[in-house]
Amino acid sequence: MAQFASLTLQQTDAARPIIEAIIADNPGVRVLNMPGAVKLDCDGKLTVNRASVEQRIGRTWDPQEIHLVLISMAGNLDEDDDHFTIAWRH
Amino acid sequence: MTVDLKTIAIEPKRQTFGHIARRFGADRPATRYEEATLDVQATANFHYKPLWEPEYWHYDVRKTQIVMQDWYSLRDPRQLYYATYNIGRAGWNGACERNFALAEKRNLLGGLDPALRGRIERFLLPLRHAHWGANMNMSEACQRGYGTAVTAPCIFSAGDHLGMAQIVSRIGLLLDGQTGHSLDRAKESWMTDPAWQGVRRLVEDSFVERDWFRLLVEQTLAINSVVFGLIYDRADAAWDSAATTVSLLTEFMADWRDDEGRWVDAVISGAAAESEANKQLISRWAARAIDRAAAAARPLAAALLGDEAAAEAAANDARTRATRLGVTLDA
Amino acid sequence: MSARKLGLKQRYALMTRGLDWETTYQPMEEVYPYDRFEGIKIRDWSEWEDPFRLTMDSYWKFQAEKERKLYAVLDSFAQSNGQTGISDPRYINAIKLFITGVSPLEYQAHRGFAFTGRHLRGVGPRVAAQMQSLDELRHAQTQIHTISHYNKFFNGMAEWPHMHDRVWYLSVPKSFFDDARTAGPFEFMIAIGFAFEYVLTNLLFVPFMSGAAYNGDLATVTFGFSAQSDESRHMTLGIEVIKFLLEQHPDNLPIVQKWVDKWFWRGHRVLGLVAMMMDYMLPKKVMSWKEAWEIYFTEAGGALFQDLARYGLRPPKYADVATAEAEHISHQNWCTFYQYTHAAAFHTWLPTAQEMDWLSEKYPNTFDKYYRPRYEMWAQMEKDGHRFYNMALPQLCTTCQIPMVYTEPGDPTTIAFRQSMYKNERYHFCSDGCKDIFDAEPEKFAQSWLPVHQIFQGNCGGATVPDVLDWYKLKVGEDNLDFGQSPDRKTWDEWQASKSRLAG
Repeated sequence: MAQFASLTLQQTDAARPIIEAIIADNPGVRVLNMPGAVKLDCDGKLTVNRASVEQRIGRTWDPQEIHLVLISMAGNLDEDDDHFTIAWRH
Repeated sequence: MTVDLKTIAIEPKRQTFGHIARRFGADRPATRYEEATLDVQATANFHYKPLWEPEYWHYDVRKTQIVMQDWYSLRDPRQLYYATYNIGRAGWNGACERNFALAEKRNLLGGLDPALRGRIERFLLPLRHAHWGANMNMSEACQRGYGTAVTAPCIFSAGDHLGMAQIVSRIGLLLDGQTGHSLDRAKESWMTDPAWQGVRRLVEDSFVERDWFRLLVEQTLAINSVVFGLIYDRADAAWDSAATTVSLLTEFMADWRDDEGRWVDAVISGAAAESEANKQLISRWAARAIDRAAAAARPLAAALLGDEAAAEAAANDARTRATRLGVTLDA
Repeated sequence: MSARKLGLKQRYALMTRGLDWETTYQPMEEVYPYDRFEGIKIRDWSEWEDPFRLTMDSYWKFQAEKERKLYAVLDSFAQSNGQTGISDPRYINAIKLFITGVSPLEYQAHRGFAFTGRHLRGVGPRVAAQMQSLDELRHAQTQIHTISHYNKFFNGMAEWPHMHDRVWYLSVPKSFFDDARTAGPFEFMIAIGFAFEYVLTNLLFVPFMSGAAYNGDLATVTFGFSAQSDESRHMTLGIEVIKFLLEQHPDNLPIVQKWVDKWFWRGHRVLGLVAMMMDYMLPKKVMSWKEAWEIYFTEAGGALFQDLARYGLRPPKYADVATAEAEHISHQNWCTFYQYTHAAAFHTWLPTAQEMDWLSEKYPNTFDKYYRPRYEMWAQMEKDGHRFYNMALPQLCTTCQIPMVYTEPGDPTTIAFRQSMYKNERYHFCSDGCKDIFDAEPEKFAQSWLPVHQIFQGNCGGATVPDVLDWYKLKVGEDNLDFGQSPDRKTWDEWQASKSRLAG
C-alpha cells in the first residue's frame, strides 16, 4: 500500500502561504478541503521550505511557526532551521 | 410595534457550572480561573488500583499527611490558568530576549577576565541542574498531588524551572562562544566540586520524598529560598564587574520568584491555618528543610563569597517567610 | 568575539541534554522507582531522538499566541450570542457528550504526562512529556471555557465532573483513562502517546471539529483545531516512543505488541461514542464515521504500521474486526442511547428521512438492511404514542463497560457474548478484543467499577431509576429524554421566533 506523508492545516490567512508553498514545492501533492481544514497528502514525503514561505509572506519565517496552524500529520517529522519535513522511512 | 435587538430574550439559564454554583451561589458568574480549576480532578469511583502503587488510588488524599477538608480552598492568588500562565511567561520572556540580545550585541560577557568567567561557570551555571531538580519535584507534586487548585500551578512551576534551566544554559553559551564547554564544566562542578555537594545531596534527597506536600514545602520554602536565593540575590559581590549583566540576564528569575512566592505562600499558609495538626507537620518539615538547606548552602557561600554568612542570611529569609505564613520553627 | 549561530538541533541539545545526572547520594532505583517493573529494557536513554525541539521560551511564545487568538474568538462568540447561530440545536448534544466524556480525559492526560514527565529516566522524553502535560491541561481548560458559554443556555453540561465520576455511559471513557493512568509509565506512553494520540485522536479532532465548523460552532472548532496544533507534537512524541522502545531491545517487542493490541481495541471502543456523534449528532455532515475510519485508520494507520513492520511490529490484533465494525458501530450506539434516553444527560431523536437517506448512501451495505427498519418501527411506535424505552438495566462488558449491544463479526443480527472465569467468578465481554484484554490482566479488570453492578449493590443513590438519576444530578425532563420535547428545543424556538419578529 502507498504510504502518504500528510499534513493537515487550518484554513486561515496565516496558513494560506504555507499551503501554497507546500503545493508549489511538492509535485503530486493531493489536496482534500474540509470545513476549516485542508489535508495535504504526498507519496512518501512532504516538505515545507522556509525560503518558499518567506518568499510568499515577505518576512522571516521560523519553520516552528507552523505549529500555530498545524492540525495533524502522518509520517516521521524532521524539523530544522530551513525546513519542516514529514516522511516515511527516513 | 418595533422590537429592538435588546428585547430578544437571550437570557442565560444559569451563570456557571453546578459545582461552582454550589461553592459561591448560583447567581454569581464565575471567573475563568474558577471554571478552569475548581473540582476539575476526578474524586470518586476509580476503576483500578495503580500497578505501580496499589496502596493508593491514582488520585488519593492519603499521599500526604496534610489533611484538608477541601483541597480547593488552597487557591492560587495569581488566578493562573493555562492561557494567563503562558501569556504572562511570554511577556517576561520578551524582556529576557531583549536582554540577551543586548548582552550579545555589546559582548557583555565576552571580555571577562578568566577568573571571573571561571567563577560564573563554577557557581552560577550549575544552577541549571538545581532548576532541573526543582522541575522534577514540581512535576512530582503535580502528578502526586490532590486537587487542580494545587496541582495545576505545580506543572506551571515545573515549566518555569525548565525555562530557567535553559536561561542559565544560554548564559553559559554566551560565555563559551556557543560551544557548550562551559556547560560541561558546570556539570562537572555540580557532580564533584565540594562546594556543590551539599546542595546536590539536598536535591537528591528530595527526589525520594514520597509525601508530596512535604516535597512542596522542601522545594519551595527551603531549596528555592536558600539555594536560589543565595546565588541570585546574595552573590552580586562575587560577580564583580559582571554583576549588572548577570542581574540583567536573570531578570526572569526575579520576576518568577515574586510571582511563585505569592502562590506558595498562599498554599502553605492556607494548609497550616486549616488545623493544628497541619501546622505542626508543616512547622516540623519547614524547620528541618530550611536547616538542611542552610547547611548545604554554607560551603557554597564560603567558596563563592569567602564566608558562610550569605547562606545563613538566605536561610534567615526563609525562616522569616515561614513564620509569616503561620509556621512555628522553634518547636 | 562574535558568537556563531547555533542550528536548531544543536541549540536544543545544549538546552536540554545534560540537565539530568546520575544520582549518587540516592540510588537511581529509588529516584526512578517505576520504570523497571514493566519489563521494558532501555540500554541507552541518550539514543532518544527528540521528536520536536521546542525550548520553553519558544513554547511560551507560541502557546501564548495561540491562546490570545482562541480567547478572542471565545469572547466574540459570547458577546455576539454565537450559540444562536449554529446550524441546528440538536448539535449541542454532541457538545454535552464532549464536556462530560472527553474533557475529563484531557485532564487525566495532563496528570498522566506529569507522571511520565517525572518518572521516565531519560531527559529527552521527560521534557517532551512535561510539555504534553501542560498542553493537556490547556485542552481541558480551553474546552471548559468554550463550553461554559453553552452551559449558560442549554442543559446537560452543568454537572460534568460529578457525572463523569458516576454516570453509566461515562464510565466507558473514564475507565479507559483510569486504565492508562494506573498502568506503568511505558504502557501509559504507548497507550496514550502512541495508540490514542497517533493512531486514533485524528478521528475525533479532525473530522468532528471540521463538522463543528460546518455546523456554525466557531467556538468549538477554534478550540478543537487550536488543540490539534499541539497534537501534532504529541503525535511525534508517540511515534518516537514506540520506535525508541523497539530499537532499544528485542525483548521489548512482545510487550509493546501486547500494549498496541490492547490500546487499539480499548481506543476503538471508546471512539464508538465519536462515531455516533459524527453520524447522528452533527446535523450537517462532513463525512461519515466509516469514511473517517478509512482515511485516518486504514490509510494513515496502514502507512504507519508498514513503517513499523521493520521492527517486527504487526498491525493491532482485531484491526480487521474494528474496520468491519465501522459499518455498524455508530448505528448500534445511537440505537442504544435512543432506548436509554431517560438515563442519558443529552437528548436523542430519530434521524429524519433526509438523514436516513444520507446514512443509506454512506452505509450501503448495512443501513437499509439492519438499521433503517428499526428506526422506522420506532417512528411508528412514537406516532402511536408508545415511544420505546428500554427499562431493563443492561449487562455491561467488564472491559470496555459498554452495554452488551455489539454483534458477532459477520453476523449483525446476533449479539456477541464472551465470558471468562476468574477466581470462581464469571465475567462477561462484548467481543474477543475485550475478552483478551481481561484474560491478560484479570486481576486488574476484575476491579472494574461497573455502573450497573454498583446500582444493584445499592451504591448509586437507591434502587429505582429516579433515585439513581438524582444521584447523577441528572435533572429529569431537562437533561434527558428526546430532543423534541426538551426545554433546549423550547429555548431555541423562542430565539428563532424573536429573530423572525425582528426580521419581519
